[in-house]
Amino acid sequence: MSGAIAFHAPAATRRPGGLGAFLLILPALALFLALFAFPVLRLLSLGFADFSFAWYAKALTQPLYREVFALTFRIAAATTALCLLLGYPVAYWLATTTQRRRAIGFLFILLPFWTSVLVRTYAWMVLLGRNGVVNKILLGLGVIDHPLALIYDFTGVLIGMVHVLLPYMILPLYSALRRVDPSLVQAAEGLGASGFAVFRRVYLPLTASGIAAGSILVFVLALGFFITPALLGGGHVVMIAVLIQQEVGELLDWNFAAALSGLLLVLTLAIYALVQGAVERRQRGRP
Amino acid sequence: MPAELEIASVSKSFGPVLALDDVGLSVRAGELLTILGPSGSGKTTLLRVIAGYETPDRGAVRLRGADITALPAARRNIGMVFQNYALFPHMTVGGNIAFPLQMRRRKRAEIAEIVEAALRLVDLAGYAARYPSQLSGGQQQRVALARAVVFEPLLLLLDEPFGALDRKLREAMQLEVRRLQRRLGITTLFITHDQEEALILSDRVAVMNRGRIEQVGAPTEIYHRPQSAFVADFVGESNIFRGHVAASAEGASVIVLDGGVMLDCAQAWQQGARVGAMIRPERLTPADVPGRNVLEGTIAEAAFIGTAWKCALRLGDGATVLVRLPTASATGLPASGARLAVRVPPESIHLFALE
Repeated sequence: MSGAIAFHAPAATRRPGGLGAFLLILPALALFLALFAFPVLRLLSLGFADFSFAWYAKALTQPLYREVFALTFRIAAATTALCLLLGYPVAYWLATTTQRRRAIGFLFILLPFWTSVLVRTYAWMVLLGRNGVVNKILLGLGVIDHPLALIYDFTGVLIGMVHVLLPYMILPLYSALRRVDPSLVQAAEGLGASGFAVFRRVYLPLTASGIAAGSILVFVLALGFFITPALLGGGHVVMIAVLIQQEVGELLDWNFAAALSGLLLVLTLAIYALVQGAVERRQRGRP
Repeated sequence: MPAELEIASVSKSFGPVLALDDVGLSVRAGELLTILGPSGSGKTTLLRVIAGYETPDRGAVRLRGADITALPAARRNIGMVFQNYALFPHMTVGGNIAFPLQMRRRKRAEIAEIVEAALRLVDLAGYAARYPSQLSGGQQQRVALARAVVFEPLLLLLDEPFGALDRKLREAMQLEVRRLQRRLGITTLFITHDQEEALILSDRVAVMNRGRIEQVGAPTEIYHRPQSAFVADFVGESNIFRGHVAASAEGASVIVLDGGVMLDCAQAWQQGARVGAMIRPERLTPADVPGRNVLEGTIAEAAFIGTAWKCALRLGDGATVLVRLPTASATGLPASGARLAVRVPPESIHLFALE
């Protein structure tokens, strides 16, 4: 009995967002400010050292860097599109299958999550290399007569990134698809809708928020991706994160690296705002 | 005239549960037939088989003579109102009603006109631009109804559509559905567990129990001449006794109930057979003198329900009889523990076979 009373009593007196709750987040906040916010701001400030815009000017005007940005966005966009195309059917299957199969499906989707990105990327190098498994099989079957260039180019980077980022697309899509009332689908069928019409008129609009969430997540992660493009790109496909690493690690040009980071951050936030704005406009006018 | 909808020996089981057990049913063109049964009786499964959302294990469904058992739901041309209405939340009211017409590739101008007419039909003119979540329960119900009939389907199915509405609104919607159904002349199957609703709405009622159809008939027939103990018990209030036929002649018989009470009955039956006897509580009348067909006992409970007094009468043999005495005819106030004698008119006893 006293337990029940103790359980109920604070609920009546607790105010949301009170001082007590704020004090509890202080340790995490302090850690965040000291170890993340401060170094990041410090780095970004290097881009404007001595109140000079020279580094930003260099990043924006030299064609080489513009190309790197363009390539980065192209790869991120292609990765997002492929993840969406591959992930939607998987998410649909997960949302509609039996409890047991769903559990097994999730296990397979999350298993790579618990494996190091580095290991997975090396695995792709073994598979896709000049003397890799894929080329050997194709050569052995006589499908091709000289090895395909599957890595150290756009395709290789794309394959590796889609593999790593696919779960980030599937999970938001899955949760959106789960929220679609099955009776709406049956109603649409009963009213004469073909399978494709059910998808286009019911599933797609009702999961738009999940599509937007998954796409933003994958796109933003892909923009700043480092390990996979660094290894599978083999120096031929230079994405922005690889370039920044080179500036810091090899050329020791911290100021220019800061300017590139600042640009990437601004562009990422701009795209996020754009998509978010579009989603909100879509939902306005509908309660 | 061939039946509009013919359900022939349909069986369906889910794992070990037999949801439909050799169900046969003929629905006539233009009639409103209610499938009445408690939850778990298989009525929803039957509706889903007709709509095409379930495939029966055995048997066939024929609509206007065509076998549609294997036809996908999208090609059956059947309108359905779901229990939760299943209105598309991302479409306006107009968009919802236009949907089946768009699926049938009707012309845009034509669609606008038909949707407008459908909205007028359900008294919602001017609501086309609203979203379902901006409407009340009754209004959503009417939108679902309009969407289900706007494409002139061969058949209209309603799956317990009034469950979520309060009593007043439910009664108004019942009348509205009946009015709409008559006006459109559309063959309609209505599912409910509410026997009162079934009696009010239907041309005919099919009572379902444990995956089987127990009886099909007009509401008065179902109410006055149930053919099984289940129907007698499920439809309306009733007193059900078991006994045997002691004597029988042309249009009359004498029944001896298991408790020993002897009753004259205005219905012939095979002599010596076991029978069920049903007496509606409102058919019993207060009796001044003891005699044949008079039951005597003490009032165990009495409740005032407005138009009548509802009493539970405990007989000498321990059996309980429900009695409904019109407020006007009741001499004074029946008190708990008081003696009461009621007469059972022979023509008020309905006999049915015991399985």
